[in-house]
Amino acid sequence: MVILEATNIQKYYGDFCALAGVDIHIREGEFISIIGPNGAGKTTLINCLTGFLKPDTGQVRFKGKDIAGMGPEKLSKMGIARSFQLVHIFPDLSLIDTLKVAIISRQGKGGRFFASLSKDKVLHQQALEVAELFGLSDRLEETSKNCPQGTKKLLDVASAFALHPEIILLDEPTSGVSTSEKNKIMQVMVDASKKIGIKTILQVEHDMDIVFSYSDRIIVVQQGKILADGPPDKIEKNEDVVCNVVGQKECFQTFNRIMEMNREERA
Amino acid sequence: MKKPRIILLCVILAFLLVWPFIGPKYMVYLTLSIFGYSVALLGLNLLFNYTGLLSFGHALFIGFGGYTAAFLTSKYHIPHMEISLLIAIILAAIIGALIGMICVRYIKIYFAMLTLAFGMLFHSFLIKTYYLTGGDEGMPVLQPSLLGMDFSDMDPMAFLNGPFYFYSLGLLVLACIVMWRIVHSPFGLCIQSIRDNPDKAEYLGIGIRKYRLFAFVISGCFTAVGGVLLAPVTGHMDPGMVFWTHSGDMVFMTLLGGFTNFFGPMLGSAVFVFLRDEVSSVTQYWRLIFGALLAAMVILAPGGIIEVISRSFGFLKKKVKAGD
Repeated sequence: MVILEATNIQKYYGDFCALAGVDIHIREGEFISIIGPNGAGKTTLINCLTGFLKPDTGQVRFKGKDIAGMGPEKLSKMGIARSFQLVHIFPDLSLIDTLKVAIISRQGKGGRFFASLSKDKVLHQQALEVAELFGLSDRLEETSKNCPQGTKKLLDVASAFALHPEIILLDEPTSGVSTSEKNKIMQVMVDASKKIGIKTILQVEHDMDIVFSYSDRIIVVQQGKILADGPPDKIEKNEDVVCNVVGQKECFQTFNRIMEMNREERA
Repeated sequence: MKKPRIILLCVILAFLLVWPFIGPKYMVYLTLSIFGYSVALLGLNLLFNYTGLLSFGHALFIGFGGYTAAFLTSKYHIPHMEISLLIAIILAAIIGALIGMICVRYIKIYFAMLTLAFGMLFHSFLIKTYYLTGGDEGMPVLQPSLLGMDFSDMDPMAFLNGPFYFYSLGLLVLACIVMWRIVHSPFGLCIQSIRDNPDKAEYLGIGIRKYRLFAFVISGCFTAVGGVLLAPVTGHMDPGMVFWTHSGDMVFMTLLGGFTNFFGPMLGSAVFVFLRDEVSSVTQYWRLIFGALLAAMVILAPGGIIEVISRSFGFLKKKVKAGD
C-alpha cells in the first residue's frame, strides 16, 4: 500500500530550482534511503514531504490526503515524524523530560494544567521504555545540552520515535557522529522501529555503507530530479549513479569491489 | 521539592506569620506590596522563564486588577475583595486572550514591544477617559471587606497590617501552590519545551501558539490578582500603575531575584521594595542607583540574588550565563 506519495513537486528558491518535478511513492513497510551529492535537493525534498516547506507545484499525499504545506504539528498528529540533520533538542530539559514531551503530545495530555508530572507513573514508565530502546537509560536526568553529540542525535531521533508515527523521515541520522558509532546508531534505530511498530522509514544519508546495508530501496536525487530509484543491488550496478554520487568514473569498479567485500564480510 | 527547600520555605512562612507582631509597622506595611508583587511576578515569570517570552507590558494586568478593585469599591460600593478578585481574573482572561492572540504570533523583542504597546494603549485610555477613571488623578480604592467580614470600623493601618496582611499572605501561598502545580504539570513541561526549541516542539505535535496563548492568559490572571492585592495597599489607582516603567520595574524585580528560580522573583520584589524605600529616602535619584544595580547584576550574577545565595550554599542546579 502506498502510504506517502509526492507527484510532480517543484520547489524554487528565487531563480534556483531545488526540486524540478519529483515523483515519489513510498509503500508501507519500506526502508528507503535518499542519496545524492550536496545541493541535490534531498533536504528540500524531506522538508516538502514533512510540511516544513510548501512545494510551489505538485501534490504530497499521505494515505490519500493532501498534506502539502500542512505544518508540522498537524502532520505529527497524523502519524508523520522526522528528525533533523542538525540535532534538534530541548537544551535545558533532561533526557527523560524530552521523551515525556513527545509522549504527552502523542496522548494529548498537554492540556492538563494541574496534573502532577512526577506522579504520573505510566508516563514515566513509557518514557523509560523509549529511553531503554535507545540506550539512554544511564543519562535520564542529565540536561540535554550537556550530553555528547551521539547521545543528542539519538535523543532527537528517540523523541520522534516516541510519537509512534506511521512513517519517520530521518535527515542524516548519523551525520556528525564518528564512523564507529554510525552502525550502532542505525542498528538501534532499526531495532527500535521494529519494537515500536514503525513500519516505514525514509532517510537521507551520505554513508554508502549504511545506505546499502539497511535500505530496501534507494532513491538517487541529482539537481532536483530523481536519477534512479530501485533496490540496492540494482543501484550499485548503475554506473551513472555511482559516478555521480561517489564522484569519478574510475570509482565505479572500486566501489563495486568494496560492496562485494562488504557483502562477503557480512555473510 | 527537596527536603531542605521545604524546611526553608516553612521557616520563611513561619517568620511571615509572626512578622506583623514583631516588625515595625511601616516595614510590615511595605511587606504588603511585596505580597502583591510576588503574586503578579508569578504570572510574569510563567511567561518569561517557563515560556521564554518577555513581557514589557504586564503592568497592564496590574491595572486591570487595581482598577477593578477601585471601580467596585468606590463607584459601585461593592467592598467584597473576593468579587474584585473574581472580576479581575475574568477580565484579565478575556482581554489577555484577545491581546495574547496577537502578541503570541511574535517572539523575542517583537513580543516585548507589542506587549509594551498594549500597555501604553491602556495607559492612554485611562488618561483620556477622565469621566470614567478620573484621568491622571486616578481613583481611590476603598477599604475592602475580606471573606464577607467588614473591617470599616478599624483604623486603616491596623486593617492593612492585620487582617489584610494575613489575607494577602494566604492568597500568596495559594497562588504559589497553584503556579507550582502548573509549572510541574504536563502543560508546564510543554511550554518549557517550546521555550527551548519551538521548531522541535512543533514537530513533536505541540501547537506552539496555543500553548503560548494559554501561558499568556494564565500569566495575565495571576498578575491581575497581584494588582487587586496592591490596590488597597496604595489606596489609590492612577495611570502611573500601568505606565511602561512599572512593567520595567516588574522585569527588574524578576531579574534581581533570579528568573530561573521559581521563588527568585519574590525575593527580587522584596529586595526591590525595601531598597527603593531606603534609597528614595536618601536621594530622589533612586532610579540611577537601581540602574547601576541592574547593570551590575546582569554582568556579575545573571541568575540574580538567588543564584548568589544558592551558589554560596551550593544547592544550585544550573548556572545562568548572560549570553544565554
